[in-house]
Amino acid sequence: MPEYTRLIHQYLRHDKKFPHVWCPGCGNGILLGSLIRAIHKTGLSKDDIVLVSGIGCSGRLPVYVDFNTVHTTHGRALTFATGIKLANPALHVIVIMGDGDSMAIGGNHFIHAARRNIDVTAIILNNSIYGMTGGQYSPTTPYGMKASTAVYTSIEQSFKISELAVTAGAVFVGRGTVYHAKFLDGLIEKAIEKKGFSVVEAITHCHTQYGRQNRLGSAVDMMKWQRDSAVPLEKAAKMSEKELEGKIVTGILVDKDLPIYDKEYKKLRERAKGKA
Amino acid sequence: MAENKTRLLQGNEAIVEGAIAAGCRFFAGYPITPATEIAEGMSVKLPIVDGTFVQMEDEIGSMGAIIGASLAGVKSMTATSGPGFSLMQENLGFACISEVPCVIANIMRGGPSTGLPTNTAQGDVMQMRWGTHGDHPIIVLCPYSVEECFSVTLKAFNLSERYRVPVIITTDEVVAHMREKITLPPASSLEIIDRVRPNVPPDWFIPFEDNSLGVPPMSVFGDGYRYHVTGLVHDVRGFPTSKPDEVDGLIRRLHRKIDKGQGYIQEGEHFLTDDAEVVILAYGSIGRTAKQAAILARENGQKVGVFRPITLWPFMRKAVVDILKNVRAVIVPEMNMGQYSREVKRVDQGYARIITLNKVNGQVITPEEILKKLKEVY
Repeated sequence: MPEYTRLIHQYLRHDKKFPHVWCPGCGNGILLGSLIRAIHKTGLSKDDIVLVSGIGCSGRLPVYVDFNTVHTTHGRALTFATGIKLANPALHVIVIMGDGDSMAIGGNHFIHAARRNIDVTAIILNNSIYGMTGGQYSPTTPYGMKASTAVYTSIEQSFKISELAVTAGAVFVGRGTVYHAKFLDGLIEKAIEKKGFSVVEAITHCHTQYGRQNRLGSAVDMMKWQRDSAVPLEKAAKMSEKELEGKIVTGILVDKDLPIYDKEYKKLRERAKGKA
Repeated sequence: MAENKTRLLQGNEAIVEGAIAAGCRFFAGYPITPATEIAEGMSVKLPIVDGTFVQMEDEIGSMGAIIGASLAGVKSMTATSGPGFSLMQENLGFACISEVPCVIANIMRGGPSTGLPTNTAQGDVMQMRWGTHGDHPIIVLCPYSVEECFSVTLKAFNLSERYRVPVIITTDEVVAHMREKITLPPASSLEIIDRVRPNVPPDWFIPFEDNSLGVPPMSVFGDGYRYHVTGLVHDVRGFPTSKPDEVDGLIRRLHRKIDKGQGYIQEGEHFLTDDAEVVILAYGSIGRTAKQAAILARENGQKVGVFRPITLWPFMRKAVVDILKNVRAVIVPEMNMGQYSREVKRVDQGYARIITLNKVNGQVITPEEILKKLKEVY
C-alpha cells in the first residue's frame, strides 16, 4: 500500500461524507496533505490534537480529519483555541484560518494571541480573496487587483501576514507556498513542535475567484506563478525592495523563545497560593 | 470548609463565590462597568483553586475562549454588561447550536449603546432572549439579593451542565454593587451537576444522537472520543447538513430539551400572594421594591402580593397565568419601557388588568411609585 493511502486511512474520517467542498485544483487539499504528513512525522496521538478553524473555504478543513475538531465562528478560531489550550495544556492545538478570517474579522485576535504567546500553531491559507462568498477583496488582495467588490481594482494596501506575525510577537513564523509542498510539510512540522505561538503562512491560489477575475489562468498556471515568484529568505536579503515587488519570500522569518502563557500561568498559580 | 461562613459581600463578589463553588475553573473576560468586579474576583481566586483566568482583547474573544475551555472539559464563565453582551451574541449562538455548557453574567446598565455605564437598568430582558440570531431556547436567571447571587450562579452552572446550554445570569447594577450579609454554605452541602459523559466505546459514540432527555452525552477533547463541533447545522454525527429532516430534527431537539425541562428550570418566589387581589410582578432589584410596596399596601388594608420570577427565560407562563386568573390586576414595574410586561400581556387573554410601570432614568423604582400605581386599582 502506498504511503499516502496509509496516511489517508489513518487520518481522514471514514464516516465523513466525501467529496469535499473545495473546487477541483484548490490548494487547500495540498495544505491538508502537508498538515497530515507533518502531524504524522511528529508522532502525536490523534486524541491529543485539536484542530480549530474559522469560516470560509479554509474553515471546512477540520471536518475531514480524524482529530478533535472545531469549526468555529468567522475570525474567532484563535479565541476558541485559547480557551482549549489554557483549559488543557496537554492538548496540541492547531488553528486553520484564511486571510480574511485571520487578518480582517479576526485580526485583533491574531495579534493578541501572538502577543500573549498562547502555545498554539496558526496556519493561514492566504489566497488573497474571499473565495467562498464569491471573490470579494480581502486584506491581502494586492493593490490594483480585481475582485467582485473591487471591479475597478483594489485601492487598498495589503497586509503582509508573516511580517505582521513577527511584529505582534509570534515566536515562530514561516512562509511557504502550496506549490512547494514538501517545504510546507517541514514548516508545519517545525511550527507544531515549537513551544509558543507559531505561524505558518501558506500562499495558495483561488483560480475560481481570484484567478478568474484577474485573468491569471488555471490552477496549474497559478501554481507555476508560485514556483516562479518564490524567493528564499536568504536570497531575498540581498535583493532590493523593487526587485522583491510581486515576489513571495519563503522561509523561516523568526524562531525565538519567549515566556509561554500556560507555563507562566502555572507559576502564577504557585504565587497565588503563596508557595513561590 | 465544614462550617458556614458568614461574610459581607457585594452581588458581583457573590457571583464569584457561587461560580467557584459550582466548579467553574475558567474565566475569560474584558473589563466593563458594572461587571468588572467579577473579573477581578476571578483573577484572584481561580489560580488558587488551579483554575485559569485570562483577560481577552474583547468580549467576542471572551465568549470564544469560554466555549473552547468547556469543550476541553472545564466549567467556564464570562461576565459583562450591555455593550459587551451585544458583542457576545454571535458566539452565544455557537454555544446554543453546538450545545456547549457555559455561563454568562450580564450585569445590566442603562442603554442603548454606551448608555448609562454607572446607573441601573433592566433593558436587556429581550436581548438576552433574542439577541443571537435564529431560533433557539435560552435560560436566563435573575437573582435579587447577594445571597441569591450565590445560589443562582450555582444553579446556572448546574443547568448549563445538565442541558448542555449557555445559561445567562443577569442582575442590574443595584444588585451587583450592593453589600449584604451572606452565609456561604459548606461545599459538601451543595448539589453539583456535571455533564453526562459517554460510556460507550469511542467507535460507538454518536455525538449528537437524541435520547429521552434530548441531551446527548458530551465527551471532552483528549478523552479519546474524537468528534466534530460546528456552528453549522449538523447531523447526529456532528457533520454539516442541509437535509430538511436533519435540520428540523436538530432545531426541534434543541427546543424540546428546554421545553421538557421547564419544571426543573423555572423558579420564582411568591410573596403574600395567597389572598392577593393585586400582584406586583417584579424581578431583580425591583423585586425588593415590590415586597416593600406590598407590605406598605397591606398596612392600608389593600391585599397586595408579589410574584418574583427568578427564571426570566423560559418565560414562566404557567405561574404567571395562575396569578392572572386569581387577581384583579397585575402591576409590572420594571426599569425598561415594558419588556417583561409585554410577555405578561401576551399570556393574559383578558384574565386580569395589567398595569405597567416603566422607569428609564437610571434610578431604581421606589415603593412609593408602586403605591401610586396601586391607586389605579383601589
